[in-house]
Amino acid sequence: MAENKNVRFIITRQDNPDSAPYQVEFVLPYRPNMNVISALMEIRRNPVQANGDKTAPITWDMNCLEEVCGACSMVINGKPRQACTALVDQLEQPIRLEPMRTFPVIRDLQVDRSRMFDSLKKVKAWIPIDGTYDLGPGPRMPERKRQWAYELSKCMTCGVCLEACPNVNSSSDYIGPQPLSQVRLFNAHPTGAMNAPERLNAIMGDGGIASCGMSQNCVQSCPKGIPLTTSIAALNRDTTIQSFRNFFGSDR
Amino acid sequence: MAGNREFANRRLHSLLGVIPLGIFVIQHLVVNHYATNGVESFNKAANFMGGLPFRIFLETFIIFLPLAYHAIYGIYIAFTAKNNVGRYSYFRNWMFMLQRLTGIITLIFVAWHLWETRIAAARGSDVNFDMMSNILDNPFMVAFYIIGIVSTTFHFANGLWSFAVTWGLTISPRAQRITTYVTMVIFVALSYVGISAILAFV
Ligand code: HEM
Ligand code: SF4
Ligand code: FES
Repeated sequence: MAENKNVRFIITRQDNPDSAPYQVEFVLPYRPNMNVISALMEIRRNPVQANGDKTAPITWDMNCLEEVCGACSMVINGKPRQACTALVDQLEQPIRLEPMRTFPVIRDLQVDRSRMFDSLKKVKAWIPIDGTYDLGPGPRMPERKRQWAYELSKCMTCGVCLEACPNVNSSSDYIGPQPLSQVRLFNAHPTGAMNAPERLNAIMGDGGIASCGMSQNCVQSCPKGIPLTTSIAALNRDTTIQSFRNFFGSDR
Repeated sequence: MAGNREFANRRLHSLLGVIPLGIFVIQHLVVNHYATNGVESFNKAANFMGGLPFRIFLETFIIFLPLAYHAIYGIYIAFTAKNNVGRYSYFRNWMFMLQRLTGIITLIFVAWHLWETRIAAARGSDVNFDMMSNILDNPFMVAFYIIGIVSTTFHFANGLWSFAVTWGLTISPRAQRITTYVTMVIFVALSYVGISAILAFV
């Protein structure tokens, strides 16, 4: 039975960053436990379209193959997610693959996610501990805090939350939920907290936290279940207080 | 993220939506509700409001300037969103879209309503029960007013929800869920007050 079952794919391709997208159909033999990546590999092995024309293999990104690197994110049947954990058995056919257009498309399903890494630099999403001598161990973190902070640290910079957000688009400079939640993570760290005002001031800049319009698509879409809207609301409170401190002056 | 104006502008936009605009809307709907007690009662209330001391000053700083700022910036905000309720049909995404849509409907309604009442008054008409019952003579205008009022009360009530998030008052999902219920009760209650006043003129 399974031997002669087929899987249909409709893939949105694009030859270079500036050319127009077009759709191509592929039909491949079904194999048990197939996922979208293994299907793309099968197309790469035998790049023949459903109409019989030979074509160039599809371009896409991947790395870990276990949903921890975020590289293989693409829009699958209308929803952004990771291709490596998208099981063919659980997808409605034809399976439609598109690139995440919130990001610049490099080719086919491959996009340039560097804006997220640039945002992490802008919001100082790290803990500065380098110095000329050993500063010794930092303060301890309360276990209760560690538990929720750990959830935030699962972010793999995949870009799904930016793709789902109505306010991240070409007419807005909003950085999106992902770097904001990282600010909450690093501000929660006992050593990172020493630089909390710098990070808060960074997200109070243009395109920062104020651009969030609370559609809350991000929290519904994040594959890691990160409480992004809780992070944003908590940072709204922190930036409210920070803005008062900036205006009136403060002892910290 | 070079500039630093957006944060202050957005917070001002949020604040003005509640204080003074939201307070004004509640006051306006409640005073209009006197219409349900009859012509005399409404005219007395309208005369009291119209005869307040420093009226131009109050109108300018409590209504016109905050409204102009909130509306103009609100349109800019509404048009920088790329709505996607088709792909992501979650409850809050619908509310996000409706907040922007009702903002625009409210602006159209308020502009028309101001023209027919406040600007007409400035050009010599009397603001009283008859003025409103003449306007609402036409079933089309009754529908227009009801849509305008429901749009305003929705925009205000759901705006209270997002105000609470904007200022960091509601953080946890539970706090935000309870605020959804509370603000939707406010929406229904204010809509009742507003629509019953309109129907009193018909
Ligand atoms: C007249 C035209 C109006 C337009 C175009 C408009 C537009 C908008 C938009 C787009 C938002 C969303 C802002 C955001 O999510 O950050 C908003 C929020 C809001 N608006 Fe309006 N609005 C208008 C009038 C009003 C009026 C009359 C009221 C008062 C009843 C009001 C109260 C609010 C409130 C309370 C918010 C929530 C602020 C926040 O997000 O923190 N708006 N408005
Ligand atoms: S927050 Fe979630 S959806 Fe957004 S980039 Fe990180 S892992 Fe992806
Ligand atoms: S390849 Fe790393 S998440 Fe899919």
